[in-house]
Amino acid sequence: MVPISYYIALSAILFGLGVTAFVFKRNIITIFMAIELMLNAVNLAFVAFSRALGQLQGQVFVFFVIVVAAAEAAVGLGIVILIARNRQSLNVERINLLKL
Amino acid sequence: MSAQLAVFFILAAMAVAGAVSLIVQRHPIHSALSLIVVMAALAGLYLLLEAEFIAAIQIIVYAGAIMVLFVFVIMLLNAGVEERTSLSRTAFYAGVPLAMFLLVELAYRVERASGPMAAQPSPAAATRGLAMLLFQDFAFPFEATSILILIAILGAIVLAKRDV
Amino acid sequence: MNALFARHAILLVSMVKIVVLMFVLMTSLAYLVWLERKVAAHIQGRWGPYRVGPHGLMQPLADALKFLFKEDTTPAGADRFVYFLAPFVTLSLAISTIALIPFGPGAVQIFGQRTPLVIANVNIGLLAVFAITSIGVYGVALAGWSSNNKYSLLGGLRSAAQMISYELSLTMSVAGVLLLAGTFNMSEIIMAQSGYTWGFLPRWNLLSPTAPQLLGFFCYFVAAVAETNRLPFDLAEAESELVAGFHTEYSSFKFAMFFMGEYASMITVSCLATILFFGGWLSPFPQTAAFAWARYLPAAAFGIAGIALVLNGLRYSTAWGRVMLPVMGILLCALAGLLARPGSVDFLQGPLWFVLKVLVILFVYIWVRWTLPRFRYDQLMGIGWKFLLPVALANIVLTSLAVVLHK
Repeated sequence: MVPISYYIALSAILFGLGVTAFVFKRNIITIFMAIELMLNAVNLAFVAFSRALGQLQGQVFVFFVIVVAAAEAAVGLGIVILIARNRQSLNVERINLLKL
Repeated sequence: MSAQLAVFFILAAMAVAGAVSLIVQRHPIHSALSLIVVMAALAGLYLLLEAEFIAAIQIIVYAGAIMVLFVFVIMLLNAGVEERTSLSRTAFYAGVPLAMFLLVELAYRVERASGPMAAQPSPAAATRGLAMLLFQDFAFPFEATSILILIAILGAIVLAKRDV
Repeated sequence: MNALFARHAILLVSMVKIVVLMFVLMTSLAYLVWLERKVAAHIQGRWGPYRVGPHGLMQPLADALKFLFKEDTTPAGADRFVYFLAPFVTLSLAISTIALIPFGPGAVQIFGQRTPLVIANVNIGLLAVFAITSIGVYGVALAGWSSNNKYSLLGGLRSAAQMISYELSLTMSVAGVLLLAGTFNMSEIIMAQSGYTWGFLPRWNLLSPTAPQLLGFFCYFVAAVAETNRLPFDLAEAESELVAGFHTEYSSFKFAMFFMGEYASMITVSCLATILFFGGWLSPFPQTAAFAWARYLPAAAFGIAGIALVLNGLRYSTAWGRVMLPVMGILLCALAGLLARPGSVDFLQGPLWFVLKVLVILFVYIWVRWTLPRFRYDQLMGIGWKFLLPVALANIVLTSLAVVLHK
């Protein structure tokens, strides 16, 4: 039997790695993927708690998180395509001014 | 070391390796593949937690549709290898030890705080219970997310369309 | 030794089942290629493979040897890791879905353990199959991108976009079956189709008394043909378009892996269609005393095939054929005799009916390929989104209405 705290610790580690990737990477798509990694870590925590407490509301919330992540990825990548088209670069250090 | 514990450690190692690989790889497509590995490992962990419907949905929607979207955008925009500027180098050498410390501290505190929480017997037929909850108690959020997806589709089309 | 077996019995039993199933799958994959070439040839009014072994039966072996000995090139500037990963992903995912498919009702005794005729009887069997096919999109997209070739990239992206569009219709067309069966478990979906309306019509989901799934099957079949990149939906990999699409730069064994992956996914999709719409391993004849003769039909079919082989072989053109074909015919007759014994006739009924139904669907697959012309890419995507998706949704609405009214 795996103690639930192991799952929570793993979720914390993955979240921390997601934050690390978010802060250190320079490519905007990779930063977006770090956000998805953080969302996944949170999903793991939800499912682990749902199992620990014996209720299914945690899994319902995971369902909604996945749906919202899908919508957010679609719109976010649309914005990324526009940025790449207008500034010809995917490096966030080049996208720090409002002026093109 | 029961079989469940061994499987947990294998899947956890796979997830952490994928996440580290996401940070270390220089080409975004390799980062995307690492993230897919992380999601597959998480789906395995959900199966271990007896949340089989969520595991299947994770693979179908997250690893099979959202990550395909990422991979398409990387291929279409022809994203290349990341460049190393002086700013990113400083951030890397100064920040990675701090990040490691943050991670270890976070995991340790979380594990200490919750203690060895035992798992209660899971409700049988998780899929059926989930469906009951989703369509009865959570019917309004369910319909609201469907409108959210519709708005996202329209938004993505309008944003990425070329003015012909 | 027995204690060792007893402790790890599940593992050993599963391994035996996996080995047997892999062997059967690989052989039937090779001979599916032979069947396709023969059927294609006869549709086009010619013989097909005839010389390599009697009736071209050694052709798959010759093809395998050719693939092994061809030069294996890697294009310059290709991303090596992804280039090697793509065919591996395609083939391994296409083969692994066979683990979820139940082949028969009863249980076999292996190492003293009674185990059902399925490797993994999971409660989300159907959803797991769709999960595996949705990851198969990566094989195609990554192959196109990693080849460092603009035609491959375009072909790969087009193919991947086609696959994810039709995946939606594929999963929605199955929702009618789920409403009728009430579970994702494949064995239980088959069991929900047992019984005979009016005493003789089998209660398969296609002809279900509550809600016949004709629209669902049509939608599923069209989406499946598009999902496996077969004609009439194979613009992205056809010979005269975009060179050869995503597998242009692949040679010898890696191309063979893509090739096998395509046929393996064809077999998977046909097995799924049999289970969902045609009653899986259920016999179309009622299990009453009046139809007791129907139990001997598979054995009779083997016997007739054996006799036909013997008669054909005796008048074959080459000497080798004149010896081999009658020998195979006599073996088939012996097999028929073995099958007709009272002990085995009931046990083998399930798997034999299953294989027969899968073969019929594969034949329709091949027939459609060599009869219909190809769709243009914009027509293809238009059909996927503007025609099939509304049809699948209409099927869900009608089926749920029928199920609610029936209760």
